Amino acid sequence: MRGGGSSSSAEPGCKMEGLTLSEAEQRYYCDLFSYCDTESTKKVASNGRVLELFRAAQLPNDVVMQIMELCGATRLGYFGRSQFYIALKLVAVAQSGLPLRVESLNTVKDLPLPRFVVSKNEQESRHTALYSSDADNPASYSGVIPPPPGRIQVKKGSVSHDAVQQRTSTDQQESTSPVVSPQQSPPTSPHTWRKHNRHPSGGNNERPLAGPGPFWAPFSEAQPGSSTSSDPIWSGHSPPPHQENWVSFADTPPTSAILAMHPASVQDQTTVRTVASAATTNEIRRQSSSYDDPWKITDEQRQYYVNQFKTIQPDLNGFIPGSAAKEFFTKSKLPILELSHIWELSDFDKDGALTLDEFCAAFHLVVARKNGYDLPEKLPESLMPKLIDLEDSTEVGEQTGEVGYSSSPAEAPPSKSPSMPSLNQTWPELNQSSEQWETFSERSSSSQTLTQFDSNIAPADPDTAIVHPVPIRMTPSKIHMQEMELKRTGSDHANPTSPLLVKPPDLSEENKMSSSVKFTAGNTVNGYSSSDSYASDPEQIGSTVTRQRSHSGTSPDNTAPPPPPPRPHPSHSRSSSLDMNRSFSVTPGQQQAGVVAYPPAVPPRPQPSQGAGPHVHRPVDAEGLIAHTSTSPQQIPEQPNFADFSQFEAFAVSGVNKEEEDEIEMHSEVLQVEKATDSASSLRVAKADGRVEDKAPANVPTSAGKGTTPLAPPPKPIRRRLKSEDELRPEAEEHTQKTGVIAAVLASQPSIPRSVGKDKKAIQASIRRNKETNTVLARLNSELQQQLKDVLEERISLEVQLEQLRPFSHL
Amino acid sequence: LVLLSVICCPQNYPLYIRSVPTENELKFHYTVHTSLDVVDEKISAMGKALVDQRELYLGLLYPTEDYKVYGYVTNSKVKFVMVVDSSNTALRDNEIRSMFRKLHNSYTDIMCNPFYNPGDRIHSRAFDNMVNSMMMQVC
Repeated sequence: MRGGGSSSSAEPGCKMEGLTLSEAEQRYYCDLFSYCDTESTKKVASNGRVLELFRAAQLPNDVVMQIMELCGATRLGYFGRSQFYIALKLVAVAQSGLPLRVESLNTVKDLPLPRFVVSKNEQESRHTALYSSDADNPASYSGVIPPPPGRIQVKKGSVSHDAVQQRTSTDQQESTSPVVSPQQSPPTSPHTWRKHNRHPSGGNNERPLAGPGPFWAPFSEAQPGSSTSSDPIWSGHSPPPHQENWVSFADTPPTSAILAMHPASVQDQTTVRTVASAATTNEIRRQSSSYDDPWKITDEQRQYYVNQFKTIQPDLNGFIPGSAAKEFFTKSKLPILELSHIWELSDFDKDGALTLDEFCAAFHLVVARKNGYDLPEKLPESLMPKLIDLEDSTEVGEQTGEVGYSSSPAEAPPSKSPSMPSLNQTWPELNQSSEQWETFSERSSSSQTLTQFDSNIAPADPDTAIVHPVPIRMTPSKIHMQEMELKRTGSDHANPTSPLLVKPPDLSEENKMSSSVKFTAGNTVNGYSSSDSYASDPEQIGSTVTRQRSHSGTSPDNTAPPPPPPRPHPSHSRSSSLDMNRSFSVTPGQQQAGVVAYPPAVPPRPQPSQGAGPHVHRPVDAEGLIAHTSTSPQQIPEQPNFADFSQFEAFAVSGVNKEEEDEIEMHSEVLQVEKATDSASSLRVAKADGRVEDKAPANVPTSAGKGTTPLAPPPKPIRRRLKSEDELRPEAEEHTQKTGVIAAVLASQPSIPRSVGKDKKAIQASIRRNKETNTVLARLNSELQQQLKDVLEERISLEVQLEQLRPFSHL
Repeated sequence: LVLLSVICCPQNYPLYIRSVPTENELKFHYTVHTSLDVVDEKISAMGKALVDQRELYLGLLYPTEDYKVYGYVTNSKVKFVMVVDSSNTALRDNEIRSMFRKLHNSYTDIMCNPFYNPGDRIHSRAFDNMVNSMMMQVC
C-alpha cells in the first residue's frame, strides 16, 4: 500500500499509484494513519478513530461518505494505507471546497492538509495555519495525537506561512504521497524532511510507522532541533517532536542507507505522534525548509561526508584524486552519466580532484540523486565549495526547482528504502553511513541550528588542486652527492652493479667520497682526485661520480640517483657514462669520459687507498690516463675499463704504459673515474660488449685489487674527463693517463701494497660486480637496439599507411 | 553563424557533434568528414617540426560556396572542426580562434572528469550549454 502513491503525478486516476503527496502531506498522512492504525495492522477499519478523524474534518457526512467511497474503503471495507491517504487527500480537497474527484487527488495544487478539527487545540488550528497549505491540524485528534501542529507551531513560529504554503503546494505537486513514495518518488521537500530528520531526536523510536518513516525520517531530521524528546515534543512544545515523528517514520525504513535519518525517526517511536502531526510537522518543516536551500547539507550529513572523505584521503585539506573519487562514487551504482554530471557540478575548480567541500557537494548530490531528486543544472549555492551552509533551522522550504532533492536526500533514502531496497543494497557504504546518520541523529540534540560550515577552501585555485610529486633534482652539490652516495651505497649493497655499494661500508664511504670526487673530477675537477675509493662498484662510482660531478658542476644531470640505463653508445662518452652510471652509478658525464671506470671495471681502488689515492692520483691521474689509454689498447688485463677508455682516448694519450705502477695507483684513483670511463667506454664500446666485459672483469680484478685501496682517490679529474668523450678527449689524455695509471695501478694491484687482503676481496667483489654490470649493460644494449629497430620499422609502416590512406591531398 | 561544431578523436570518429538545426545537416556532416583529411594533411605537414611548435589553430580549412570550415587540433590529435556560414563576414579569424579556445578549455574540463573515458561520446550538460551559447552568440 505504501507503495501505492507513486511519485508520478501523472496518474491521477490511480488510487494509489497516482497519488502524489507532498512531503508534508505524506508525513501528515502517515502520522494519521499510524494514529488510526491502532492495531497496527496497516489497515484501518472504518472504526472509531477513522470516523472520528473524518468527523473532525468537519465535513458533511455525505461528503465523508463520498470520500470513503472514492478512496475505495467502502469497497474494501477498510482503509488500507493508500485508501487512507486518498481519503485524507480527499478530505483536504473537500475542505478546500473543491469537488471531490479522484482526479483532484493529484491535480489540485496547493491543497492544504486535511484539517481535522478537534476543536480543542488552538494550536492545531494554528498548525493548520502554519501548514497553510498543508497545514492540517491533526492535532485536533483530540489530544490523542499531541498536536504536532502545535509543535510545529512552536517550532515553526518563524516559518512563514507562505513558506509553508509554498512548500505545501510544492509538496503536493511534487511530492508523492509519503506513504507511497518515500521510496519511490523524490519527496518534494526532501530536504526539509531531511533536515528534520537530521535531528533524530530520540523518542521517535517507538513510532512504528514504517512506511513513511524512512522517508520521513529524513525530514524529521531536517527538523531543526526538534528531536529531543518525543512526547514532550508532541505535546507541542517544540518542533522536535515533529522530528521525532519523522524520525519514527524514518525509523522503519531499514535500508536507506543514505539517510541515517532513520535512526532519528526510530527514536520517535515513543510518541504517539500521529501521522498527521508528523505530517504536519514535516510539512511545516518542509515548508520551512523551502526557505532554506534544499540542498543544504545538514550537520550529520556533513559529518558523514567528512568521514567518508577521510577514508579516502586522511588529510582533510588534501585532495581526492579523480580516480579514487570515481571508484568511490561508482559504488553508488548511479549511472555513469549522472555521476559524470555530478562530478561536473561539484568539481568546482575543474582540476580533476575533489577537495573536502567538493567532495561533500558531490556526495550530497549523489545522495540526493539516489533519493530520486533530479540533479540540478548548476551547483546549488549551498553546495558551493567555498561555503557550505549547514544551517537549516528555519526553512524547510522545498526546493521547487528541479531540485527534487531536499537538501537532505539522505533522509529520503531511508524512507525510500522499502521501495528501493536496491538503494540500500547497492550502496553498502551508504548503509553504513546511514548508521552513521543514525548515530548522528541520535546524537544531535540541537537540530535546530546546524553548524554553519565555513569552509573557505579556495577550490578555484587550480594550483592547489594539482598535487603531483615535485621532482627532486639532484643538486649538483658535492654534499648532496656524497649523501646520495652514502645512501646509495647503503642501499645498494646488494646491487651488483654498484660495486661501490658492495664495498665495505667504509670503502663505500670512501668510494663515495672518492668516486664522487672522482666523478666530479671527471667532469670538472681535474685535479680533484678525491680519494674516493674507486669504488669497485661501478654504480657507486657512477653515483659518486654523478654526485661529484654535480658537485663539480660537471654533470649535474648525471647525478640523478638512478643510474641512467646503460646506453651502448660507444662513441658517446656521456651516454656510455650514463650506462656506466647505471652500473656504476656513475654520473653519465663521467662515464662519457669513458674513463669513468666501467663500474665494474673501476677497481674499487679508491677506498682503501683514499689516502694514498690522492697523491697517487695526482700523479697517477696524469699518468693513469695515459697509462690507461695505453693499457686499454692492450686490453689491459688489469683493467678492462681502462682498456675501453683507452681505446677511445688512448689516441690522445701517449703510451702510458710506463706507469704501470702509477697507473695502478692512479688507476685506483682513476678507477672511479675510470670506472665511469670504463663504463662509458664500455658503453661506448657497446659493440665491444665483449670487450667491455672483458675489460670489466679485467678492470674488476684490477679494480678489485685496487679498489679497496686507492680507488677512492682515483683521479676524479679523470672521471670528469670521462664524462664526455669529446670533452674528455682533451682531458682524455689526462684521463687516459689517469686511467691508464689507474689501470696500471690496478693491474699492479698486487704490487700495490694496499690492504692487500682487503683489496683482494674488494677486487673480487668488484670483479663480480663489474661482470654483472657488463652483462647487464650488454643486454640492455641489445635490447635497446632491438627496440630501435622495431620503432623504425613501425615508423616505416606507419608512413606507408599514411600514404595509402591519404586519398587526395585536397578536397 | 556557426552551423556545426564537431569534436573528433584522434581516430577520427566524432566525439561530439552539435549543429544548428537546419536542413541538410547531413551535408555538413559530410563536409566535416572530408575536412578531416585536410586537417590530417595540415598536421602531417607540420608534424615534422616539434609538436610544440605546431600551431593548434589550423585556420580556414577550405571554403565552399556557402560556408567555411575551420579546424583546430590539440596536441593529442583531438580535432575540432567548425563550419561557419559564409554569409557572415563579420566573423573574424580572431573570433574563431577564441571559439576554438573555449572549446578546447571545455574539452579539457571534460577530460578532468574521472567518469569520462576518453573516446566516449561527450554527454556533458555543461559542455552542451557552453557550446550552445557559443554557437548562438555569433548567430
